[in-house]
Amino acid sequence: MATMTMVKAINDAMRIALQNDPNVMIFGEDVGKNGGVFRATDGLQAKFGVDRVMDTPLAESGIGGLAVGLGLQGFRPIAEMQFIGFIFEALDSIMVQAPRMRFRSGGQYSSPITFRAPFGGGVKSPELHSDSLEGLLIQTPGIKVVCPSNPYDAKGLLLSSIKDNDPVFFLEHLKLYFSLKGEVPEDEYTVPIGKANVVREGTDVTIFTYGAMVHTSMKAAEIAEKDLNKKVEVVDLRTLSPLDVETIVSSVEKTHRAIVVQEAQRTAGVAPELISVINENALLSLDAPVKRVTGFDTPLGHPLIEDEWIPNTKRIVNAIEEVCNF
Amino acid sequence: MAKTTKSGGGLAGAELQIQEMQAFQVLSPDGKVNEANLPELSDDQLRELMRRMVYTRVWDQRAVGLARQGRLGFYAPVSGQEASMIGSQFALEKEDFILPGYRDIPQLHFHGYPMYQGFLWSRGHQHGGQIPEDVNVLMPQIIIGAQYVQTSGVAMAFKRRGEKRIAITYTGDGGSSQGDFYEAMNFAGVFKLPAVFIVQNNRYAISTPVSKQTVAKTIAQKGLAAGIRSVQVDGMDVLAVYAAVKDARERALNGEPTLIETLCYRLGPHSMSGDDPTRYRIKDESPAYEENEPLIRFRKYLESKNLWTEEDENKVIEETKAAVAEAIKKADQYEKMSIPNLIDTVYETTPAHLEQQKQEYLAKEGK
Repeated sequence: MATMTMVKAINDAMRIALQNDPNVMIFGEDVGKNGGVFRATDGLQAKFGVDRVMDTPLAESGIGGLAVGLGLQGFRPIAEMQFIGFIFEALDSIMVQAPRMRFRSGGQYSSPITFRAPFGGGVKSPELHSDSLEGLLIQTPGIKVVCPSNPYDAKGLLLSSIKDNDPVFFLEHLKLYFSLKGEVPEDEYTVPIGKANVVREGTDVTIFTYGAMVHTSMKAAEIAEKDLNKKVEVVDLRTLSPLDVETIVSSVEKTHRAIVVQEAQRTAGVAPELISVINENALLSLDAPVKRVTGFDTPLGHPLIEDEWIPNTKRIVNAIEEVCNF
Repeated sequence: MAKTTKSGGGLAGAELQIQEMQAFQVLSPDGKVNEANLPELSDDQLRELMRRMVYTRVWDQRAVGLARQGRLGFYAPVSGQEASMIGSQFALEKEDFILPGYRDIPQLHFHGYPMYQGFLWSRGHQHGGQIPEDVNVLMPQIIIGAQYVQTSGVAMAFKRRGEKRIAITYTGDGGSSQGDFYEAMNFAGVFKLPAVFIVQNNRYAISTPVSKQTVAKTIAQKGLAAGIRSVQVDGMDVLAVYAAVKDARERALNGEPTLIETLCYRLGPHSMSGDDPTRYRIKDESPAYEENEPLIRFRKYLESKNLWTEEDENKVIEETKAAVAEAIKKADQYEKMSIPNLIDTVYETTPAHLEQQKQEYLAKEGK
């Protein structure tokens, strides 16, 4: 075991993947010599060469197309989108070409691509660097969407994503890159895609969340225990598509109350999908309507107001109180 | 080849100009050959080129008829583009990989893709995209330009593995306005990829003429912006297209990608889905193109060499009619699609939520 930041754990996963599989390639803007703007690919070009860790021209659609073409020919591309807001330039590759390759070809071709991008607010970055766009991605058939909340999961889930024979969008929360350290095995291991994780056991209400909001929710759960005497269960979804229906339903059946916490804007996206899953599978277990704690239906607030925009412990504790007192 | 040149002093001296250049041609419209440009082809190969063009023309006419009868789905006619399509594919090796637009079914066919699958693709059957194992093509692309950026990826795969293969892609004059068009050529240039990019300039993107697509004098010159070799070819001249692609293929294998603009003309409508060319064609422009169309020109040349007779032509026509009839029959008889099968082709392993949707369907509607 070693203590690693999340960005180091991500780097470590890619190092292992490059080592173990000659078909793994990494490319994107500034990922080579510079090691990526967040150093996620630091040292990898020096170790594995310019043919396997490549700087590309500054063109996201070109990067997406490169990934689809290489994937079609049996390579296992890891394509970095420098910031989440830049994926709009590459959405044809990310939401159409890669996810439909298997479908269009009746199973003949595939796109074993891992798209990676930093996302998420709270670090005062310029516009379109920190948005939460997972709602767009989870609506797309054929691509899996993964979002780790800690270094251990980040490494294990990224290794699973790279090995997956279908395209995966791997979301890395900006605020967690350096702020969080954790114990991470130095060897190869995987965390399965599609499995949520109960990170805090409770009996009164379940919070379903992911990414940086896992940590905000954990703090809110502590406060609720102390101030409201409520035992809050927290489920880290880890994979946003496909959702782990089994874990979601069994937790609701246990606590009878649920809250979904997401940094993203409210309308459509993960929270409403999760509520639909609960409605279809566990409605009669509920003692209260499911509550959403989310960003507002505006673009992510500007850097000078984003801390107020992003859900905080106070909003979550209020929701816990409302749901428990319904 | 389009070239840029500086002239004069001051700001004028810093201005890039496209030099006068002429589209590469082997056969003049009256079938006369420019010996200096003539590619090396045996008499049998010359006859085969003609056979394929006649075959493609007859297939297209039958397909248009089938579409009118409602027996096809989306169909984009190819008449007028035979030289561009057949000549370019003829310059390839079987291991080369084609990334087509939706009109480029003939190139796929002569690369090994069965005609009946083309009909199934047109109708909207998944098997149309199920490319046979030993055929090096992608299914027709719907998004204009997507195939271009993917070509750089396919070409990079060949280069990394040290394989002697190229990736070749097609789009039209409209496609050259897309950002992907430039991004793809730029990537191919930077990474020195074995790629050939073809623009079949058939003068119209549905109804929009080239003049409204760009004020660039040629589409070929757009390759220069990406720093790659760029050529303009008479796309009604099958020998010119063949020679240009053959040359580009050799260069591509040495890490030099090329953009080739083939000047052709779509004689028919954009598609069989209600497009009426009389709404947008310049009045009286079509007869000139019809006189200049690729089959007439090549037929004149072959007849002058005693390589092609009416009897040859009729034989191909009958052969094609039989092939089309057989392909349609095969398409008609092909197993119908089902929702469960469709569901199972989205992921390698169908995830639980989708499996549930399948089971719900089977329980309530499925057999």
